[in-house]
Formats: sequence, structure tokens, C-alpha cells
Amino acid sequence: MSKVVLKTENLGISFGGLKAVQNLDLEIKEKQLYGLVGPNGAGKTTVFNMITGVYKPTTGKFFLDGEDLTGKSQEVINHKGIARTFQNIRLFNNMTVIRNVLVGLHNQPEFKCSMVESIFRLPRHFKTEKAMRERAKEILRIVGLEEERNNLSCNLPYGKQRKLEIARALATNPKLLCLDEPAAGMNPNETADLMSIVRRIRDEYNVTILLIEHDMKFVSGLCDEITVLNFGTVLAQGSPEVALNDPEVIKAYIGG
Amino acid sequence: MEIIETLINGLSLGGTYAMIALGYTMVYGIAKMLNFAHGDIIMVGGYTLFVTLSTMGMPILGLALAVVVCVVLGVTVEKVAYKPLRGASPLAVLITAIGVSYLLQSLAQIIFSSAPRMVYVGGQDGLGFVTIGSLKIQKHILITLVCSVVIMVVLSLFVKYTKIGRAMIAVSEDKGAAQLMGINVNMIITITFAIGSALAAFAGFFMLMKSPSLTNTLGAMPGIKAFTAAVIGGIGSLPGAMLGGLFIGLIETIAQVVPGMGAYTVAIEFLVLIIVLLVRPTGILGKKRREKV
Amino acid sequence: MAAKKHIKWSHYINYAVISLATIILGVLSIVGALPASYQIIFENIAIAITLAVSLSMVVGFLGELSLGHAGFMCVGAYLGGKTVYLLAPVIGEIPALLCGFVVGGALAAVCGIVIGLPALRLRGDYLAIVTLAFGEIVWSIFMNTSEETFGGALGMPTVRIDRDYLFVIALVVVLLCLAVTQNLIRSKHGRAITSIRDNEIAARATGINVTKYKLAVFAISAFFAGVAGVLMASSNYTVQSQKFNYNYSIEILVMVVLGGMGSINGSIIAAALITFLDIKLQTVLTGELAVLQDLVYAAILIVIVIYNNAPGLKTFREKYNVKSLLGKLHNKKHDPANARDDEAKWDRVPTKIQMDEVLSVDVQVKSPYDPDKAGKGDN
Repeated sequence: MSKVVLKTENLGISFGGLKAVQNLDLEIKEKQLYGLVGPNGAGKTTVFNMITGVYKPTTGKFFLDGEDLTGKSQEVINHKGIARTFQNIRLFNNMTVIRNVLVGLHNQPEFKCSMVESIFRLPRHFKTEKAMRERAKEILRIVGLEEERNNLSCNLPYGKQRKLEIARALATNPKLLCLDEPAAGMNPNETADLMSIVRRIRDEYNVTILLIEHDMKFVSGLCDEITVLNFGTVLAQGSPEVALNDPEVIKAYIGG
Repeated sequence: MEIIETLINGLSLGGTYAMIALGYTMVYGIAKMLNFAHGDIIMVGGYTLFVTLSTMGMPILGLALAVVVCVVLGVTVEKVAYKPLRGASPLAVLITAIGVSYLLQSLAQIIFSSAPRMVYVGGQDGLGFVTIGSLKIQKHILITLVCSVVIMVVLSLFVKYTKIGRAMIAVSEDKGAAQLMGINVNMIITITFAIGSALAAFAGFFMLMKSPSLTNTLGAMPGIKAFTAAVIGGIGSLPGAMLGGLFIGLIETIAQVVPGMGAYTVAIEFLVLIIVLLVRPTGILGKKRREKV
Repeated sequence: MAAKKHIKWSHYINYAVISLATIILGVLSIVGALPASYQIIFENIAIAITLAVSLSMVVGFLGELSLGHAGFMCVGAYLGGKTVYLLAPVIGEIPALLCGFVVGGALAAVCGIVIGLPALRLRGDYLAIVTLAFGEIVWSIFMNTSEETFGGALGMPTVRIDRDYLFVIALVVVLLCLAVTQNLIRSKHGRAITSIRDNEIAARATGINVTKYKLAVFAISAFFAGVAGVLMASSNYTVQSQKFNYNYSIEILVMVVLGGMGSINGSIIAAALITFLDIKLQTVLTGELAVLQDLVYAAILIVIVIYNNAPGLKTFREKYNVKSLLGKLHNKKHDPANARDDEAKWDRVPTKIQMDEVLSVDVQVKSPYDPDKAGKGDN
């Protein structure tokens, strides 16, 4: 019996009169690959925004490893161990690939180095910089971007930008990695490549992964368990085969 | 009685600020940029008035010419300096606008020198006074007040009821969607700059009516104060700009009358701005916008 | 390995040049070979460089526009200058000047933090206007002080530190400012700061403490502006508060923008060049002609910003830019494998704030808002 990493209880948010998400109960277990699917506007990204602290939930709570993180700021939630990627890619465009990952490594305790130490160029500064660079290269190797590390991130093709976002999120050493449509805009080959990368990340870094995806092949090929959302409420939960064949889910997708 | 006179003075000054603030707020609402050079358009209008008055001597003709020159200038500046930067970082646009402001100021100084020019819109002795009961009010203050109210009403009606006005609202809401609906966004932005610049010409006229001294920095400070007014009222909102303008005008006039406060007028106005921005960053009538994550 | 050494050297070339200049000029001054007019030019250049480098931290690296840099300088000039004035008869000029640096810089830094607080909530144009407002408030307050405290409209009397060595002290201040700024920017903290500039939302999501870094940058930048203010007070017999109005802030901004956003060396060169030209042209362009200079600066500013930022000029920019032209001269092709790890594109004005995001001052849900906008948040 593996332990629960993320647990949400009755999580919900409303904007004015609109209930974007309501009564969401999730239980994501350690090293699980968990999928969040649903039609456009179902509230998937809103769930991400709540558990990463962008929005404060109006009802309910969520816990990471049993610790209540409801209402904490984005920075704190990231320090506690939830990292994310964005649906509309948000890289540091004027930086090189490796710098993007280095920013992700910024808060790791082993790379601690105060501003004063950096300003006065104390030995720790050089030691940290070197160690950070090594670690960054290692992370880039996993997503296959090591060769591109000195290119500007805005010059990368779309698929690689998505991978770089994953690398940057991974650099913050999360317990839970939230991927918002990681395969969007990728061709079948790239998608297959991404699937193996996601699996490797889970296995090598012991990360639990929660992902939003529209590509059903991707979801059913990768995820252990999924939750289907529609209009902010849960339609079905369970293994991909069961949940995706639920009559309610089919109705929501096909209509009628 | 003095209190009422002060209030009327304040409202009149506020009317002038409101007129400039309207220009800022419309441009901000539609082009999403702070047109730092807007105040200097006032100054150009002032010099146009000066040239017409000293050659032909007709204030109304001067005003008409000032409106034309300002509109042409405003539209040209938009086309040459701001349009290429559409879609670039707002910081870049703001810095360019600062550059344009300096360009206009130094051009004016080269042409007209830095010595103040006297522009007597109402003749050497001013327009005189109007007495209502025991109230004695300068005529130019009443003219400013009445004209600014009329202009504001006309502008509100224009935006609300004409096709172009509604297109303006659409563009300010969502440029992309407006374009898809067949609105010529470039034309709407041009029209907005034209209207803003015309209002600036009027503001310049009122300002010179109040005090005839004209220099190349005539519009700089009032411009910033009017932007303050637009922000206080809620940027992008026409009634907000009017309200904010009147508010700033009243504060300025009252601060000048209260003993010991006069010297701190500018500080007080800016302090109000900072407080408003911290407490309610969207201003009194502004709408809240959110960032898409 | 050889390549690496070469890179390191180029990092520190600006220190080397300025140190060398300081030593040579210092020796010349001791020998008496440096005319007073040049001593004054170097004082002014040092002040301008300190201002430009400290402002470039906020504008170029943090990506926030500050139009109130002269305000911080004003705080330093008045409070630090007063310290020097009071202490100089007691402990001597140089120790008093050092105390003045500490007091003026520290108090300016406090103001920097106070102005940094709105920066946590406001962005872009709004913050620019708040900083402008701050600058105007500061000088108008000093303007209205009584004669015995800060001199009011007449200006505050200060101690004119000996010309023979003030410029050397000023150049040392430049070195210090440069070291702090450059070391901070070229460290993990610098990466954090530029990540806020590039994409604040992503920076937060990556766990960067945005509050801490914004306040730190504003404080450090204000500190050096304050120190520059003390230098200015000490290079004159009085300080006049009107000097620190927003025109002065914009002059500093022009130096930073002309030098290239986010390029420290660019800021240094632009500051030195503009100050030098200002002083030299004073005698040539007299009267109304003096403004010709402003006209040219304004025109260059517009052209540079449009050239570097216009989306429509992107292909043109990639074809004809300084780097590629220099590359042709050196006959060296850009090879990503040899590039520095911290290489980044600096000349562009930061793109952090997108068009739609200008007005979004608050990303947290605290009060209900238009339901029709809510749907946009997720799809």
C-alpha cells in the first residue's frame, strides 16, 4: 500500500456566480501517473491553479503528504513540493536553456548561497555555481536537451520548449509534478518520446505525476488512474479503460 | 462665499485636467499604452494659438487651428513612433513615448526659445468678472467649466451611441475579437489619438486663458497630473477620467488656499495617487483585469 | 580551458579599465598634471556611471521602469550631505564623507524598499508613475524645508571636498557599485532577478521569492543612487532640490536605454559619453542651441527602442545587428557549443509584461469578479 501524496477534499472555486470547479476529491498515490481529462472549459487548469497557489480555493482543502497547503502562496507551495508546467508555455525566453533549469534549481537546499556570499564572491559561490551547472546538465540529459543547453529558449521548437518546461519544474525537486497538456502540439513520434520521458522521470526521480491531456492515446497509454471533469464536476474516476468508457463521459465528449 | 469661489475654481481647473485625462484614458483603454507625450501635445496647441494670435489675432480661429495641428501631430506620432511597437513590451512603448515627449519639448525650444511667450486669449486685461449675487467669479473660469462639461457630455454620447464609439469600446475590450468582427483596429486607434489630441488642444486653450505664460514645458506637469487623475478615476473609464480630473483640480485648488499647504500641493497630489494605487490599483471606477495563467 | 579563461577575463575587463583609469588619473592629479576642469569632468562622469549602473539593475535586470531615480539621489544628497556638513569640522573631511555615504546610502535604500513595496502589487506603467510621483514628492518636500534645516528653496550648504581627490573617491565608488551589481547579476540571485523580468508568473511557480528579490533590487539600486547623491553634494557648495526633478531621472534612464537595456558596460559607456559631451558642448552650444543636444538624444532614444523592439523589424534586426557585424569583422561564427552558459539576449526591453497583462495587478482571487471573464482562466 503506497502512501497518498496529494489529497483534495471537497475542493472548489467559484468566480462570481460561476462555479468553475466543485466538490473535487482526489487521492493521488506515490509514484502514480494520474490523468485529469475533460472537454474544454471543464476546469482542469483551474484545478492546477488551485493546487499550485495561483487561485485560492473558495471551498475545501488540499494536502501534500498530509500537510494542509490550502491558501499558501505559489512560492511556498513550490518549496513544499508541487511543481507545474503551463498550458501556454511560460519559459524565461531571454535566457538560455540551461539558465532556465538553473532558475529551477535556485531553492534547492544543497545549493544555498546567500546574496552576500555572491556579492563578495566567497568560495561557496563558486562551489555552488559549479554544482548547479552539473545538476542542470544532468536534468537536461533526461529530457534530451543537453546538446541545446546554450541556445536561447525562445529559439527552441515547440516540442522542445515543452520538454524544457518539464525540466525546469523537475529542477525544483518536486514530490508532485503537474503537467498541463504536455503533448499539445506534438507529432506522434514526439508524443511517444515524451511518454517514455515522463515514465523515466517518475522512475528515476520518484516523482508522482499529475497531468492534463487531451490526447486520449497518451492518457490511456500512460496513466494508472484518471479523473474526468465536466463543467467543474467529476464525471468519472478510475482506471483509464473504465473511466473513459463510462456512458456519462462518452456523452460529455460526443454530446447528445 | 470664498469657499464657493474656491470650489468653482477647483472644478474649473478640474475640468481642464479632466479634458487631458480623457485623452490619456482613451488612449490607454484602446492602445494599452501610457502616452507620455500627451502633455506636450497641449504645448504644441499652445504655440499654434500663440502664432495665430500674434499674426491674425482671432482666438477662436487659433483654437480651431490648434485642434487641427494637434490632431495631425497626435496621429503622426502614433503612426511613426507607436505603431511599429504594437505588440512589443509596454516598457518599450513607454520609453519611446518619453522620447517623443522630449523631442517635442526640445523642438519647441529651438523654434520658440525657452523664454515664456505671452498668449492673451481674452485680451491683455483678461475676460473680466461675472458677479452673481455676492459671488465674483472670473469669466474664463466659467467658460472653462461650461465648455468642459459640454465636451464631456458630447464625448460620452459619441462613445455610447455612434458606430465608431461602440467600435472603440469593442477594441478596448478585446482587440483580437474586435478585428475578427470586422472592426478596423488601426483606424480606431488613429481616431482615438485624434480625439485625445483635439481634447489636448482645448485643454491648452483653457490653460492659457487662465495664465497667459507659455513655455515649452507647459504641458509636462499638467500632463502627469492628468494621468494621475485618469488613474485615480480608473484607467480606461471615461466617467472615471472626468471624476478623477475634477478630484485632482479640487485638491490642488483647496491645497493652495489652505495656509501652509500651498507649497506642498504637488506632493499632496502625488501622495493621493500613491495611496489610491496601493489601496485600489484599478482606481475608483476601473474594472479589475486578470492575468491568464 | 583556454576558452574559459578568455571568458573570465572579458567579464572583468570593465573593472580593469576603470581601476587603471583611477590609478593613472590619481597619479596625474597628485603630480598636478590634471587641470581642474578635467577633475570636475571625472567627478561628474563617476556620478553618472554610478547612477546609470544602479538604475540599470532595476530597469534592465528586474524589468521595472523607475522614473524616480533622482528622488533616491535627492535623499542621499540632502541627508548624506548634511551628515558630511555636520561631521566634517569634527572628524575631518574624508571620514565625514565616508559616514555621509553610509547615512545617505542607507536612508535612500530605506526609501527604495518603501517604493519597492508598491512594486509588489503594481507593474509596468503604474509602477513607473508611482516612482515618478515619489521623486517629485521628495524634492518638493526638501524644497519647502526651513532655512536652518535643509535650506529650503535657497539650497542646502554642503562641504566641497577637495577637487584633487574627490574624483578618485568617486571612481572607487563606481568600482564598488560595479562590483556589487555585476557580482549579484552574475550569480544565482541574478538569474532569479532576470527570471522575474522574463516571466513573473513562471518565476513564482518555480519557487522564486519575488518579494525578496524585488525589494533587494530596489534597495541596492537606491543605495547607490543615494551614494551618488552624497558625491554630488560634495562636489558642489550647495545642493538645490529642484535639480532632482523627473527630468533628471529621465536623463539617467536615457543613459541606461542608450547603453542597451541590461548591459552594464553599455550603461557605463553611455553615461561617460553623455556626461562628457554635456560638459564639453556647454561651451560650444550656448543659449538656445544647448537644447539641440536633448533633441538628438530624444531622437536616438526613439530610434534605438523602435529598432530593438518593433515586432515588424525582427528579420531586419537579425540581419543587421552589431553582433553579426562584429562577428564578420572577427570572422568568428556563433557556435552554441562554445557560448557562455549565462549568455542571454539583453538588448531587448524585457517582455515580461504582455499587452493584456498590464492592468492585471492582482492575480489572487480575493473578491468576485466578472463571471464572463472567469471562463477564460481555464481551457
